[in-house]
Formats: sequence, structure tokens, C-alpha cells
Amino acid sequence: MVAQIKMPALSPTMTEGKLSKWLIQKSSKVVSGDVIAEIETDKATMEIEAVEDGVLYEIFVEEGTDNVAVGSTLALIKEDNDTEDQLKSFLEKNNGNNLSEKDKKNIQEINSKTDKEIHDTNVDKKFMNVKENISKDERIKISPLAKRIALKNNVNFSSLLGTGPHGRIVKKDIEDLIKSNKNITSIDSHHKSSSDKSYRDITHSSMRKTIAERLVKSATEAPHFFLSVDCDISEINKIRENVNKGDTNISINDFIIKASALALKKFPKANCSWNNDFIRFYNSYDISVAVAVEDGLITPIVKNAISKGIEEISIEVKSLASKAKKGELSPEEYSGGNFTVSNLGMFGIKNFNAIINPPQSMILAVGKAEPRAVVSNNEITISNLMTVTLSCDHRAVDGALGAQWLNKFKDFIENPSLMLL
Amino acid sequence: MVKQIQRFHREPIINVIIGLKMKNLKDVIIIGGGPGGYVSAIRASQLGLNVTLIENKELGGICLNWGCIPTKSLLKVSEFKKNLDKFKEFGFNISGEITFDIEKIVKRSRDASKQLSSGVKFLLKKNKVEVIKGFASISSIAEFIEINITKDNGNNEKLETKNLVIATGAIPKSLPGIENENDRIWTAKEAMIPKKLPKSLTIIGSGAIGIEFASFYNDMGSKVTVIEAEKNIMPNEDEEISELAKSIFTKRGIKFFNNAQLQTIDLTKNNAISKFKIDNKIHEIVSENVLVAIGVKGNISNLGIEKFSIKTENGHIVTNNKMATNIKNIYAIGDVTSPPWLAHKASHEGVIVAEIIAGCQENHELKKEVIPGCTYSNPQIASIGLTEKQAKQKDIKLKIGKFPFLANGKSITTGDTEGIVKTIFNKETGELIGAHLIGSDVTELINSLSVAKSLETTEIELMKTVFAHPTLSETLHESVLSAYDKAIHI
Repeated sequence: MVAQIKMPALSPTMTEGKLSKWLIQKSSKVVSGDVIAEIETDKATMEIEAVEDGVLYEIFVEEGTDNVAVGSTLALIKEDNDTEDQLKSFLEKNNGNNLSEKDKKNIQEINSKTDKEIHDTNVDKKFMNVKENISKDERIKISPLAKRIALKNNVNFSSLLGTGPHGRIVKKDIEDLIKSNKNITSIDSHHKSSSDKSYRDITHSSMRKTIAERLVKSATEAPHFFLSVDCDISEINKIRENVNKGDTNISINDFIIKASALALKKFPKANCSWNNDFIRFYNSYDISVAVAVEDGLITPIVKNAISKGIEEISIEVKSLASKAKKGELSPEEYSGGNFTVSNLGMFGIKNFNAIINPPQSMILAVGKAEPRAVVSNNEITISNLMTVTLSCDHRAVDGALGAQWLNKFKDFIENPSLMLL
Repeated sequence: MVKQIQRFHREPIINVIIGLKMKNLKDVIIIGGGPGGYVSAIRASQLGLNVTLIENKELGGICLNWGCIPTKSLLKVSEFKKNLDKFKEFGFNISGEITFDIEKIVKRSRDASKQLSSGVKFLLKKNKVEVIKGFASISSIAEFIEINITKDNGNNEKLETKNLVIATGAIPKSLPGIENENDRIWTAKEAMIPKKLPKSLTIIGSGAIGIEFASFYNDMGSKVTVIEAEKNIMPNEDEEISELAKSIFTKRGIKFFNNAQLQTIDLTKNNAISKFKIDNKIHEIVSENVLVAIGVKGNISNLGIEKFSIKTENGHIVTNNKMATNIKNIYAIGDVTSPPWLAHKASHEGVIVAEIIAGCQENHELKKEVIPGCTYSNPQIASIGLTEKQAKQKDIKLKIGKFPFLANGKSITTGDTEGIVKTIFNKETGELIGAHLIGSDVTELINSLSVAKSLETTEIELMKTVFAHPTLSETLHESVLSAYDKAIHI
């Protein structure tokens, strides 16, 4: 039985990935469980294992290929007793359901290598195959000519906005893109030859691309508004003093995660995400926590934070953060989430406005906790205060709802015993 | 709250004051009612702009009154005449002499122009465009542009406008230092309204205009000689098409002189003697009339172009790709600007300029390589994009396909088997770089390829397109197939 190796979806948000390496060569034997390729996603490097025994019959996507769409056929494994005829009939039976037309064409060409009369269009068909798959899920409006030029020049047009009618990508758009790419390369090569380097260019990592793409989307599409409030953390600090005597080390952030989940439960209308035709309300209380990693940022998730104890949350966050820094998070550990906490208090930041982590509707930016002078009853007293700023997507969450949520959050932080109820 | 109410009451008063002061302020004034100007005026009005169109002569411009339209009527006549020879072949027995009346032929062509010109008048009225008959010129440029209109009765009127579109078209270039007597030397206009059919006609220039008249007069029975300065006739066309055209026209009886430098035209009592030099050898052609068709120049005199320093080059106004001149809020479209000097280019620019003035957020670029060019001679010639030579000069690797009408079923049935369809592709990208057609009705066929080119199709889509059978358009398909060695019927 011929088996296709397809680009796996390693996370719900993954639409494409980079085939970074083939670990076995064409025509090599493969045993089920063998690691055959490495895939670099927006967030991690993953391995693909063979699930069948056989021979790696054909590779469709060269290693180092970026932006391979999820579901694209990467390679075919032919089992020992498979014949070429079976390969053909397998394809015919599937009748294109699993393979694109181009895939089929490739297979047919492989099977009829004696037939040299292949239409000479000078197109790298293997590359065409990959790109065709990209447009399978989401139709990209591009003229046939623009597409041909893009494929020939290895230009990724999936996120390009065309200047043709209805945003159609036309020849000029691709030519401009190639020109601008060339300018960058020529400047770069110029500098390599020059000893006077005033800067260096680093090609985007998958993670950097994802950060850029998602945050541009959020910052440009979601109308942000910001609400700030000071929270007195004296009560939390009292609890921490008592609890953190032994090995445990519970941070303020652990309380913030719990309080965020509880406040979401009190205001379920705030636990939502904006979609073009509807607002989706969540019944889960999964809190994403922004963790800085080398050259980037990732948001692992404390799932179901509402029903977890503070200590449990604390242990989980530590484990997730450590995995994140080592790049060992599994996709389910960072995919999804209903709300994000971003804490820069440890850097001494007093307050800041965070960009919402899409498709979520709110993010809480947490500043440094510090003793501040407060006027109460006409007297200056010292309080331990922490400023938090809530960013809301105004399409889904209005000011009053955000304010109510934030007051409830403050209530939990200032009266942590309420979190026990 | 109180403040708001006050403002609400105040605003209309301000508007009234402005309204009084700017009574004659227009959003757009368009000078010239040809295919550029009238189309622009209609589009501008559709977009809610306050438009005034000023035309000195007939609505519809040269195209409609003294160009495209009346000549097509004439060429239909010569096509009939030529087809008379075929009647026998198609099974008719015609006895007796068939004659024609040149006056009636001319009248029919004038009627076609009149009908369309009044159609333009109706369209402008329907679209609430104010039309003023008179000669317009720019009288001052300050915050707004002031236009002076001299009417037929000598009265002047001044109008102010926020935007000006110059669409005054072009006029035929004349030969310097050559005297004209007894209307023996013609421009296209005189050639359209002959009082009698000349026994012989010399045509200087073998562009579209020269060739159309050569074809008409030759088919009608005049002895036609064409003098061309370039190596090929129809120098803008693909060389292969030019050569084929020359051989077909020569077979029909037209005489061509290429690489010919015109020296003088001497007028005698009954004739004009055209003297021209080829390789230092002087030749003479004696004919009853001479048609000078050596191109056009921008119609820019007395407009105020020099006075207000509007930039020109070789007698045409310089514009950017948004139709803007070097002076703010002054635009120019059509033949008064850069080539190609074609009615459909002018109309497209007219639409684009109206949309730019109205602030439409669309992609306004008009790519010159997608503008087809047509010559309505017999056979017709039509082309789009680059010629083979131009493409080679750009170092493009080519795939070239050709298909003759002789191998097309429909052509066999109608008996119009002359000509070919030539298609040129970029070998690397599959782009349709150019198409060059000669044959019956190719001016209709070219539009399929215009669509293909506009949509940026490659050879693959064209090959996959199902063309109806039996049609002349099948030659387009076969020509594309032939470029990739896949033609079926050859």
C-alpha cells in the first residue's frame, strides 16, 4: 500500500511550515517509527516519523522549502510488495481527493519516465506542487502570469496584497517584490565584501515571522483600548510570606493568572473572540502566559486555570516556562488560550500597553509591584501597589465590560481570600 | 450643547456665501468633446462632479466625425465592391454594369457620423453634462483655473474650475514648404469627402491612415501609390505582418516605395508630381491627388499652453501615468498627449482621469502594452503588445506561434483565406507578449487577446480555452498551440 507523507498540522494555528531537513534519502528503506524529516513550525522544530515500513519512493518537497502548506504531500512511501501499477491505481482510486492535480501529474510523470513528451513550460513542477496546495484552503487571487513568475523566482506571495482589481496579485506586484528582495540581497552582499559593517541582516526565523504576522494583524485589525488600575498586593504578599517558607515559591503572577480566570468566569461576556460574522464565547478558562525566549516570545497556556490551585498553577507555569526556553513545548501546550497575561514587572516596568494576542479579546499587561505613597483619609500612607493595564478588542469587548472585568480582577487581587470561594 | 446648536445654524449661512461667490466654479472643465473628452465628462458626471464640456466643432471629435467612424463606412463600401468579384464564385449571375455614386457613398459615411454625433449629444444631456460650444483657452491660474470661452458670435465667457482636462486631440502633420492648390493635396479629412474618385492617388505615409485610404481607393478603382520613408510599410507593426501586408496589397494593385525620402510635390494644372529619393535616385510619381498621412501633432495652439508653461514634447503635452501635467489640477488625455494616438486609449484615459479627480481609490494605471491597434484595410491588420523585433531587443526568450487563415474552416466557407495570426510568448513565463494579426475581421478577433493579456493569462489558459467551432477565432487557439508545437490543424 502506497503511503503519503503529508505536512502535519502541529498546532491549530499552523497553516504552513518549513521542511527543514530530510533525514533519509530517496529510495532508502524506512521502518515504521523512523524519523524521516524535520519540520520547523512557527514555534518549534518537530520530527516526522514514518508510520509504515517501505521505501521512500519519491520526495516532492526539497529540504529547506519554506511555507509548505499543511496537508501538502511531502513524499510517498512504497511498501515492499507495492508495484508501480498499484501506485497508479491508488492514485486513480483516490481520484484527486488526497492529491492535487499537480501531485497526480508528478506521479504520472514519475511512472512514465520513458514518455519524454512532457509539456515544456520550464516550470519547476515540484515547486508548483507545493504552492498549489497553499492556495487550496484559502484562495489567493493571483493572475496566472504573476503566479508563474513568482514560482520561477521562488517568491512567496501568500501574504502579498495585489494591486489588481479586488486585490488580485498581478505581474507588476511580483516583479516589484522580486526587485525589492534583490535590493536587500545586493545591499547585503555589498556589505559582506566590505569590512565596515554598520549593521547586519538576519533572515526571519519562523517564530519572528509568526510574531510579526499575528501582531500586525492584531494591531491593525483590532481596535485596542486600554484600561489601567492600581492593585494593592499587600494581602497577596502576606500569603506569599507564609507559603514561600519552604521549597515553594509562589509568585504574584500565579495569583494574577488565577484571578484572571476567576474574573473571566464572573464576566463570561469578556471571554470571547471576534470573528467576521460572529463573536465566539468560550466556556474554558485557559490563560496564556507570555514567556520571553531567545529571539522571540511564546505564550504557553495554563489550561483550566480556574479549577487549579495557586500552587498547581505556579508549578505548571515554571515547567512551561522552562520548556519554552528550551524550545521543548509541544504544540498543544501553546495552542489556544482565552486570555493572556504579560508581565514585565521583573524588568522594573511600571506600566505598559500590550497588543492583544489574536484571536483573543483581552490581554493584561502587568507592571512592577512597589511601595507607593497613597493618599487615604487625608493622610499619606504607603501601599504596595501594582499597575495593571487591560487591552481590549473594542469589536468584542466594550469599555464598561472591560472596566467591570478589571474591577473584579482588582477585587480578587486585593482580597485573595475571595479566590478560595 | 448650546455651542453645537449655534454651529448648526451657522454652517448653512457660510455655504450660501461661498455659493454666491463661486457661482461659476466647476469641479471639472473638459476642453474637447472627442472620444477622450466626452467619455471623461460622462464618467465625471456619473461620479457626482459638476462638469462642463467645451467643444469648438462637432461632438465626437475627429474619431467620430473625421476619423474612425466615417472611414469605416467608406471601407465597408470598398469591401462590397471587392466582394462583387466573388459573386460569381458564390453562385450569382449578375449581368449588366455595376456602378457607384461617390456622392452617395460619402453621404452615407457622413450620415453615420451625424447619427453618432447626435448620440453623443444625447448621452451628455442624459448625464447632465453642461456643453458649451466655443473655443476655450486658459486665461489665468490662481487658486482655481479660469477658462475663457470665445463663442461663435464673438462673445466671451469666463468660467472657473477646480480641475481642467485638456482633451483637444491632434491634427494632421503637414509637409513644410509644400503649396496646395485646387485641393490637390489632401489630408485625411479631404480624402473622406472626395467630390469624385481620383484616377490616381499618391499617399505619403503608410501608417494606419495611409493604408486604410490606400485600401479604399485601390478597391474603388484608383491607381494608388504609397510612399514610405521607413524600410517597411506600417512601420509600427510586426515586420512579418508588414511584409505580408505589402505582398497582399501589391497583389491587389497598390504600388509601394519604401525607404523613400519625399523631396517636393509639384502641382500642375491637372496633377501633382511627387518627387522622392531612394538611395540617392530621384523618382517621380504623377497622380491626380496626394494624400499626406505622415502622422499627427497635438492640437495645442492658442490654448494657453506656452503662456502657463504646460510642458510639451514634440508638440504633445507631457503627462505622468496619472494623466497629470506639470501644472497642478491640469490633466491631459488622448491624442494631445503621448502615443498611441488611438480613440480607445483616449476614452480609457478619460475614465481614469475622471476617477482620479473624483478621488476613487482604484488602481488607475493604463498599461500601454494592453492597448490594441487596428487598421481596417482590406485585409485588416490588428495587433497588441510587442512585435517580435521589439521583444528580441528586450532579450526576451520567445515562443512564437503562427497559424494561417487558409487552414481555418470558417475562412474556407467565407472565402477569406488571406492572412495569419501570430502570437508571441515569453518562453520563461508564458506571458503573451504580443499578437499580430492580418486577415478578414481580425479587428474583432484581437479583442479576445486583449482580454487574455489584461488578465495576464499564460499560454496554458489560452490552450485550455474552448473556442467555438467553426469560427475565425479558432485561429487564435491554433496559433497559441503552434507556439508550443501542439497545433492540430497545420
